[in-house]
Amino acid sequence: MSNNITTNAAPSGAADFRDVATAHTPFRTWRLLLWLVIAIVVVDFGWIVANNENFGWPVVAQYFFDPTVIQGLYVSLGLTVVGMILGVIVGLVIAIMRMSSDRLASGFASLFIWFFRGTPLLVQLIFWYNMSTLFPNLSIAIPFGPTLASWDTNSVITPMTAAIVGLALNEAAYMAEIIRGGLISVDRGQAETAEAFGMTKARALWRIIIPQAMRSIVPPTGNQLISMIKATSLVSVIAMADLLYSVQSIYNRTFEIIPMLLVAVLWYLLITSILNIGQNYIEAYYGRSDRRNAGAPKPVAVTEEASH
Amino acid sequence: MTAFVQPDGINTKPLVQARNVHKAYEHLEVLKGIDLDVMSGEVVVILGPSGSGKSTFLRCINHLEAIQKGFIEVDGDQIGYRVKNDRLEKLSANGIAKQRRKIGMVFQQFNLYPHMTVLQNIIEAPVGVHGHNRKEAIETAKGLLQRVGLLEKADNYPRQLSGGQQQRVAIARALAIKPKLMLFDEPTSALDPELVGEVLATMKDLAKQGLTMIVVTHEIGFAREAADRVVFMDGGVIVEQGKPEEVIGNPQHPRTQAFLSRFL
Repeated sequence: MSNNITTNAAPSGAADFRDVATAHTPFRTWRLLLWLVIAIVVVDFGWIVANNENFGWPVVAQYFFDPTVIQGLYVSLGLTVVGMILGVIVGLVIAIMRMSSDRLASGFASLFIWFFRGTPLLVQLIFWYNMSTLFPNLSIAIPFGPTLASWDTNSVITPMTAAIVGLALNEAAYMAEIIRGGLISVDRGQAETAEAFGMTKARALWRIIIPQAMRSIVPPTGNQLISMIKATSLVSVIAMADLLYSVQSIYNRTFEIIPMLLVAVLWYLLITSILNIGQNYIEAYYGRSDRRNAGAPKPVAVTEEASH
Repeated sequence: MTAFVQPDGINTKPLVQARNVHKAYEHLEVLKGIDLDVMSGEVVVILGPSGSGKSTFLRCINHLEAIQKGFIEVDGDQIGYRVKNDRLEKLSANGIAKQRRKIGMVFQQFNLYPHMTVLQNIIEAPVGVHGHNRKEAIETAKGLLQRVGLLEKADNYPRQLSGGQQQRVAIARALAIKPKLMLFDEPTSALDPELVGEVLATMKDLAKQGLTMIVVTHEIGFAREAADRVVFMDGGVIVEQGKPEEVIGNPQHPRTQAFLSRFL
C-alpha cells in the first residue's frame, strides 16, 4: 500500500524509499580547516613554553621528586583525605539535623552552615591556629560545675590539628548542603514505602534514601574534593608543611620561584586528573540501575535484530 | 499455598477495627467518622469518587497518616499508640515501625526501590527488617516471583520492567513479609489500560487464597468478581456497604447509583 505512495517521491527509481542506512556524511572542509588552525596554535604555544628558559624546566625536573616536595605532597594528600572524610561525616550529621522536625536540631544545623560557609576559610584557619589567645586552657567540665580535665591549648592545637579542624568543619558546612540537596531529590514515595514496610528511620536512610541520593551527591562532592586539595594550600599560612609550603621553602633558598611553583602546579594537576577518573567510575556505579539494558539477556537483542 | 489463611477460626474478633475515624488537613475534613470491621480472610473493596477519602482512610490503617479522633486497631495493635498505665501514649517512629511489620502495602506508583534488582527489592524487608535467613528469603522470593509470573526478571532493575510487571513485583514484595493484612492503594490507576488485567489477575489469585485484603480501586469489575464486601465512600463517610451483587448490582443510595451509572 505504501509502495504506491513512496515510488512517486523516489528520484532515482532504484529504491522504493530512501533508507537512512544509505546516507553518507559529506566532507566538511571548513571544519577541517578550523581544526588545523587550532592545532597549529596549540602546538606553537607548547613550543614557546617548552623553549622559554624563564620557565626553568630543568629545575622543575630536578625538584619534581625532591624529598621535601614529596613530603609536602603527602601532607597535602593526607589533609585532603582526613579533612574530606571528617567533612562528609559531620556534613551528613548536619544535613540530617537540618532536615529534622526538631527545631533545636535544625536551628543548630542552620547556624553551623551559616557561620562556616559565611566566613573565609583562611580566616577560620588562622582563628583555629590562634585558639590559645582566646582560650588559653581547654577543659572538659560540667557546665557551671567542676572541671574534669584540662589541657594547655597550645599543646592541643598544633598546626596539624588546626589545619584538620579548620578544613573539616568548613567542608562539613558545604557537604551538609550538598547531602541535604541529594536527600531531598529522592522521591518522597521511597521514604513512605520504607516506612510502610516497618523500616526504622536509620535503616530507611541507609538502605533506601542515601543510595538513591548518591547520584546527585557524587558530582558536586567531586568538585568539593578538588577544591579541597587546592584549599589545603591555605594551611601554609599556619606553618603547616604542605605541598605549597615545601616548594616555598625551597624557592626561599634558591630564588627559583617560577620553576618551583610549576612543580606544585603539575602535582596539583596530576592529582585532580586522577580524581576525575575516579569520579567517573563512582558515577557509573551509582547510575547502574539507570541503564535500561544492564543485566538484560543479550540473546533477545540479537533475535530482534535478526527479525528486521 | 495455604500460607495466607489465618488459623483463628474460633476467634471471631475482626482483624481490622475502625471506629469513628476522623481526619482533617488544616480545615479540610477528609474523614468524618468511619466505622469499618474487616474479618480475617475477608476481601474488602472500597469504591468511591476521587476526593471521597478512600485512599486517606487506607493510609490511616497503617498510620502513614495520623487520625485525629477515633480508633483503628489491626490484629490487636492500635497502630501508632500503646496503653501505658491505663493511658494511651503516642509511640516513637521506631515503635510504629515495629507494629507495621505485619501489614503489606501496594502503592499506586509501585514505589519499587530503583537502585535494587527485583530480587533485592523483595528480600529487603524480610532480611533487613524481619531478620529472616537470607537464603530462605531468596527461595521465598523466587517462589513469589514464580507466582506473579516474573521469575526470569529476578535480576533486572525495576526501570527495565513495564508498569504492570513493576506492580506485580511490588505485590510479591509485599507478600514476602507474610502479611496478615494487605493494603492496595489504587494499584492499577497508574497503569496503561492494557496492563491493568495482569495486575488484577494476580490480585484475584490472592483473594482466592484467603489473604485479608483491603483494596481501594476504581475497577468495578474486580470488586464484583473478587470482593467479599464492597464499601462505597463519598464525602468522607461510608455511604453504603454489602455484598458486591447488592452494592454494585442494586445500589440503594442515590450517590452510589450516580457513581456507578458512569461505569455502565
